[in-house]
Amino acid sequence: MDFEDTPEEAAFRAEARAWIDANAPKHLEAELKRAGFASSGIDSEDPMEASKAWQKKKAEAGWACLHWPKEYGGAARTPIERVIWGQEEGVYGSLSSPFIIGHGMCGPTVMDWASEDHKRRLLPPLASGEEIWCQLFSEPAGGSDLAGLRTSAVKADDGSGDWIINGQKIWTSGAQHSQWGLLITRTNPDAPKHKGLTMFFLSMSTPGVEVRPIKQANGQSGFNEVYFTDVRIPDDQRLGAVGQGWEVSLTTLMNERLSIGSGMSTGFPELFEFCLSAEIDGQPAVDDASVRSRLAQFAVKQSGLKYTGMRAITALSKGQTPGPENSIGKLVAGATMQELAMFALDIQGQSGAIQDESSPMNARFQQVLLRSPATRIEGGSDEILRNIIGERVLGLPGDIRVDKDVAFRDIPTSGRK
Amino acid sequence: MNLDFSDDQKQLQDQIRRFLSEKCTPAVVRSGLEGGEPFSRELYRGLGEMGVLGVAIPEAYGGVGLSHLELCLAAEELGRALAPVPVASSIYLAAEFLLQAGTEAQKAAWLPKLASGESVGTFAFVEGQGRMTADKVAAAVRDGRLSGAKSPVADGDIADLAIVAARSGAGRGEQAVSLFIVELNGPGVTRETLASIDPTRGQARLAFDGAPAERLGGEGEGWAIASQVMDRAAILMAFEQVGGADRALEMARDYALDRMAFGRQIGSFQAIKHMLADMYVSATLARSNCYYGAWALASGSSELPVAAATARVSATQAFQHCAKNNIQVHGGMGFTWAFDCHLFYRRSNALALALGSLSTWEDLLITRLQGANTQAA
Repeated sequence: MDFEDTPEEAAFRAEARAWIDANAPKHLEAELKRAGFASSGIDSEDPMEASKAWQKKKAEAGWACLHWPKEYGGAARTPIERVIWGQEEGVYGSLSSPFIIGHGMCGPTVMDWASEDHKRRLLPPLASGEEIWCQLFSEPAGGSDLAGLRTSAVKADDGSGDWIINGQKIWTSGAQHSQWGLLITRTNPDAPKHKGLTMFFLSMSTPGVEVRPIKQANGQSGFNEVYFTDVRIPDDQRLGAVGQGWEVSLTTLMNERLSIGSGMSTGFPELFEFCLSAEIDGQPAVDDASVRSRLAQFAVKQSGLKYTGMRAITALSKGQTPGPENSIGKLVAGATMQELAMFALDIQGQSGAIQDESSPMNARFQQVLLRSPATRIEGGSDEILRNIIGERVLGLPGDIRVDKDVAFRDIPTSGRK
Repeated sequence: MNLDFSDDQKQLQDQIRRFLSEKCTPAVVRSGLEGGEPFSRELYRGLGEMGVLGVAIPEAYGGVGLSHLELCLAAEELGRALAPVPVASSIYLAAEFLLQAGTEAQKAAWLPKLASGESVGTFAFVEGQGRMTADKVAAAVRDGRLSGAKSPVADGDIADLAIVAARSGAGRGEQAVSLFIVELNGPGVTRETLASIDPTRGQARLAFDGAPAERLGGEGEGWAIASQVMDRAAILMAFEQVGGADRALEMARDYALDRMAFGRQIGSFQAIKHMLADMYVSATLARSNCYYGAWALASGSSELPVAAATARVSATQAFQHCAKNNIQVHGGMGFTWAFDCHLFYRRSNALALALGSLSTWEDLLITRLQGANTQAA
């Protein structure tokens, strides 16, 4: 047991470190380090431009999308090298946030299902950050029950082979910045729900596509609604066969769960730092017995996640596939950061209710409090994650499905019971 | 990066698991519960012959001379099997005290017997209710004779020797405490078996009245040595707890697959499924923290005190969580004497207190993180 690199890993790390040292946007380092929970921290320049510039630079030097094949803009590196790169990139890695969905989910789906011509056209500018992708999956009627989606794709009656899309998507991160979208639709409402779906990609500037930001509960607008009104998509932008959309979407979702080694933070280091400086009755908060007990509870969760990540990296380093233990990351981190924020405000007393420049640590804990409910829902809610652990890891039976062999149009909905 | 055990180590773990599944039957585990011996001497000798007890003891002292990593995996298996044997007292503690602080003669005299299982050792530390502090140590040694009482002492009813924390010399506070080796079959020792929440492991009160005592380690260094050894033992104990947690989770999962209610397997109900998922989460976090502890133990890292407290807190919670919910998943059957659920529940709560309670270790963890923070700054 050790935390050391193999000689090959050490050589790669040295190479990555040297390149980052010579090329990273160091003028942004201080801003990135004091990034708030829900902001990039950059205000000296346009954050999106900063992200794109860094991504382009990486792409030109062969450091973008390390695990992708070279012909699609990647570097054909191993999974462990990708992890090492992430460790070395450090604070600059947060500049990649606009590309996460494209690189982590849309790109791999295109790679598995698109034609060679499309792959060569679409993937390199996605890798280099010149084009941004969004994932048009969730709908008002289909969140956790994704296959309950209702956005329809119907063959145009003009013999062109084109598809006409009508409907609405929701919770689309980054739609307002995206050039392309990965879109799942219903092409056959007479088939059972999972069998009548078809996947497409489309340009977000196609006529009839309208992006509207959603004002979130915390006042920010990271998500969007996307409306489709008679949007026309050529048939060659279909991914997989007609009716195969569910299978295609699983590629996307599997890739989401394969992104590892990022080690989601619970915010414990910041809470600990706060408790060292905050006071209760004139004494450091950390000296209070009840504070110590809660801190220890948070500490072991943070540590457990960290070393669970390292076990997954170990598997990668040995050329194995990481085990199911990695599926616990978001479930633990989401709930922990929410409890931790409530606890930090509790220590602040009645002033914990105030969220302004006087709030400790740039109002970090107030921000986490108001943003963390979304973490427990997005990308698989706590309940869906527990189902996944229960069914795929522990081998428990699925829930009994009343909608399984029923034509989609006959399934009861909130409006039609 | 290699936060995993080697193939050889895992193979050894498999051998131990097979041995225990054959020899550590439910009847053996339940002996103490049914009014018989809480300790299976035959099983213990078998573990000695197999080299499990001496796995981390150097060959020069009759051990196998492998590392603490192998001992971690042995501990996990003993925890899974609820083995009614004094390995924690004799190996994680007594043998470790001798290895860390013993003279050549003390090591040569005792370690071979502990490694073979011929003798059993324990650590006599606690004196009564509440968190143990140096000020509470009333047992004292004068002119090589120990007087006072220790209670509870795990495996004190069957142990042949005890490492006893007692007052001696002129130091104050923690420096007033030294350690002594006391032969429990010798003069001046009275044992009284105590009833406990986990009758699969014995507890006793030891009274000393002028019992011959030989100092282990330097005068006034007892508290510091004990703290060091208890950290090491905490990591091994955490592996026992993770082994128990995993087994309790498996039992609950198997029952949820088998048991039908309302015309379906109960594991298909989300109320049950989510409970099991949460048990898996606890057990996984604890296992990862234990691997961190194993690394610190084997590498002699300066992070050992943090790693020990982290593993201990995490594993205590995981075992308690899995054991109590195992009963819940089983429903009424889980609360019968005949089902094994209560054995895990009992053991999880007994192990939660051995070596100091959860709140004690939480407090230690924060103290140590503060220390690490100061060093970093």
